[in-house]
Amino acid sequence: MEFRIVGENVPRKDAVAKVTGKARYTRDMGMPNMLYGKVLRSSITHGRIKSMDIHKAESLKGVVKVLTPFNTKCHNFPTAGHPYNLDPNHQDIADRNVLTDWVRFYGDEIAAVIAEDEFSAKKALKMIDVVYEELPFYLDPEEALKEGATEIHEGSKNVVGHNRFTLGDIDIEEAFDQADFVYEEVLEVKPVQHCQMENQVAYAYVEGNGRLVVVTSTQIPHIVRRILSSALNMPVGNIRVIKPIIGGGFGNKQDLVLEPLVAMMTLAVNGRPVLLDMEREECITSTRTRHGARFYMKTGLRKDGRIIAKQLKVYGNGGAYAAHGHAVIGKMGGDFYRLYPAEKAVEYESYTAYTNCSVAGAMRAYGTPQITFAFEAHMDNIALEMDIDPLVLREKNMVQKGFVDQLTGVPILTCGLPEIISKGKEYIDWDKKRKQYSAQTGDKRRGVGFALFGYRTSTYPVCLEIGGARIVMNQDGSVQLQMGATEIGQGAATVFSQMAAETIGIPYEMVHFEEFTDTDVVPFDPGAYASRQCYVSGKAVRKAATEVREKILKRASGMLKIQQFALDVQDGNIIRADNGEVLCHVGKIALDAFYNRTDADTITADVTEVSDTNCIAFGGCVAEVEVDIPTGRVEIMKVLNIHDSGKIINPVLAEGQVHGGMSMGLGYALSEVMLYNEKTGAPRNNNLLDYKLPTLMDTPRLDVLFVGENDPTAPYGNKALGEPPAVPSAPAIRNAILHATGVKVNKLPMNPQTLFEYFCAAGLI
Amino acid sequence: MLRKITMTINGEKRTLEVDDRESLLEVLRERFSLFSVKQGCSVGECGACAVLIDGLSINSCIYLAVWADGREIRTVEGFEQDGKLSVMQQAFVDEGAVQCGFCIPGFLISATELMEKKRSFSREEVRRALSGHLCRCTGYQKIVEATEKGLK
Ligand code: FES
Ligand code: FES
Repeated sequence: MEFRIVGENVPRKDAVAKVTGKARYTRDMGMPNMLYGKVLRSSITHGRIKSMDIHKAESLKGVVKVLTPFNTKCHNFPTAGHPYNLDPNHQDIADRNVLTDWVRFYGDEIAAVIAEDEFSAKKALKMIDVVYEELPFYLDPEEALKEGATEIHEGSKNVVGHNRFTLGDIDIEEAFDQADFVYEEVLEVKPVQHCQMENQVAYAYVEGNGRLVVVTSTQIPHIVRRILSSALNMPVGNIRVIKPIIGGGFGNKQDLVLEPLVAMMTLAVNGRPVLLDMEREECITSTRTRHGARFYMKTGLRKDGRIIAKQLKVYGNGGAYAAHGHAVIGKMGGDFYRLYPAEKAVEYESYTAYTNCSVAGAMRAYGTPQITFAFEAHMDNIALEMDIDPLVLREKNMVQKGFVDQLTGVPILTCGLPEIISKGKEYIDWDKKRKQYSAQTGDKRRGVGFALFGYRTSTYPVCLEIGGARIVMNQDGSVQLQMGATEIGQGAATVFSQMAAETIGIPYEMVHFEEFTDTDVVPFDPGAYASRQCYVSGKAVRKAATEVREKILKRASGMLKIQQFALDVQDGNIIRADNGEVLCHVGKIALDAFYNRTDADTITADVTEVSDTNCIAFGGCVAEVEVDIPTGRVEIMKVLNIHDSGKIINPVLAEGQVHGGMSMGLGYALSEVMLYNEKTGAPRNNNLLDYKLPTLMDTPRLDVLFVGENDPTAPYGNKALGEPPAVPSAPAIRNAILHATGVKVNKLPMNPQTLFEYFCAAGLI
Repeated sequence: MLRKITMTINGEKRTLEVDDRESLLEVLRERFSLFSVKQGCSVGECGACAVLIDGLSINSCIYLAVWADGREIRTVEGFEQDGKLSVMQQAFVDEGAVQCGFCIPGFLISATELMEKKRSFSREEVRRALSGHLCRCTGYQKIVEATEKGLK
């Protein structure tokens, strides 16, 4: 495939608006006469509300209404940004309501005030008296699953979901019996939070025609619309959802967090606009988090290092409500099985438990960072025990081109793993440094580590994958590209415009993409998640653009009296296909399409494309660290992410995605964790001072390399790139620490506290 | 209590009454629609709300509006001249420093503070000067590169 615009560093569509302050985010808009909403959050972790007195709050000047679980009516709804499933057995768990009298985590939503101004709303919250009856709470999934534990949701036994599969010709125990070497251990990761810079925010109102409008900072406008419809028992058609420019999502906004409540609020005040925006503290505690999990992992190998049996049992911490249900933890099974397929037997079992922690949901790479940390750490531990180079162990076992996933039927047609390893080794000078750092003493020790991963592009075949695109040509030959796929800061508007320009044959500047996603305007598409948009929605763009191109050529052929096959569209011109002679500008064709007295027919295309293929993006991270043993501090000397994401549509944007993912991965590795008070269940670090997001001073130089070939299943050769960069840094750093110190750190985050404890236990301190 | 203050905002003199509990962030956003001033935390942790006050980059969420009396306030809305982006804005666009963009005005404020000092800075100095701003999208790399380019 030869490309002219795809693959080029065209400037971002929205960059100028964002450096001049012209970009409009949800909080920058609003309406005249808008009211201000505030939520009362529980100050206990688990229990029932025995009584709630709102009289004082209601009579405060400026307060318009106080909503409670007792005076609002709403259907229980699921919140996950998943496509709807027509099979009732595969629908998301509807365990949430807008306000609750059964508190399930510290910060749960128990009442809401609507006031004329923010100040009165906040003041009124303090005037609501609540009497609770407390229940035992659980912060650990295995505690919550114990026989006899108090149920967090009635009848659930605290199980959100359970999954089990086995693969192979023989029983797992029999396979372990045949192994020369069996290694078994427990690994653990803790919940972390997205901390996108723009907190959750939304406002809602009812239009004169009676339709509900919700303006919200979301990744999934069309899904928000559908779930609102079931929560409020209102026809989908009566609801309009608008997504302005958004300040980051990372999965936090692939879930309904504010929308049902803000809709309820406006309905409670006769459709007057109501704004609901979260403070940072609320956003960290009461939106979504990345699942914590504990992994019981066992692997059997032959003497030569080939894996013959693998077994994994996962307990995931789902938090207080199901949200994405078992999907995040369940997905880990595929990642676990696929990267290093075992010769004889695989057994996977996972539980997602309800706990009284903040609600876990989607976060960049959806379970893959957790499971990759676990098995990449496990691989290095095995390599150490068997005294083999960890990369040799990987090379002996890793998946190859031609492999067909037995769980999904998806074949791997492109695989950059060998190149990822060779380029990574070269970058870090692997062979030399593995030797050089093998027997260090002293306080400061260095090490190098590597981690690999595979990442499924889009959710097919687990979920339906469908994308929509509409292209409308203007009188000047430029086009409007309208999509339900969303720009969330990742650059979707830019790369979709590149795709459309490429396929139609017009310059990039002639494609206009409206970043405000309005469900009244854009065709259906579930939105930004699963690194799916360039792949799935990209297919829709290609289809629509092809149709537009055909229509241009057909009209041009009639106008120019030249047969259609002899014409082409390039750079915005109609040219002769054989010699490139420019015949006229597309604007001339467009004008004719609009105004021809006998044959007017504007040039448009409005398509839906179902994506029934998938592919795996691969990648790795290699790092060199220096560990200061007495303080448990880790300095990153060098770090490189290498990605096989197929064709890179826009290298500068892609590098930016990788940098951001690496930074998130480094935070996951070294500093980020949500802390809860063990005695009360209250969050201990729900602010940006105590939650240790990497700052500029914590961030080393981030190196990036792209490898691989175009994937034949993709619209433009492209594979997933949005989420994967967040996957491999944590295990790579962890393996470098193992190399430096010989200590197997099986837990995240590897902050000074954790490392100090490990080093003490190992006798290094 | 309401107090009358006078400040220069992006070159224009403004006199207005403010509540003495109001932050400069609230006043700039709500009275002057200067929406580049972003609120990421409202307690001085994220730097998204930074503005130039007499040439210094300051978090406007923890700066009372009454303190701005008699001072010169600048936001990125005032950076363009004759319809052209400032050197620093252009560098951010050219280097691909912008993703979701929520943190970007704050970074531009601190980067512009440096630029106006009209001297050269080491990478370490640049990094430190920008370190009061959090960004979740970029890993800071292209932001630092853009700032260095703008300073040249
Ligand atoms: S909003 Fe001012 S520092 Fe975060
Ligand atoms: S560009 Fe999104 S937070 Fe910095």
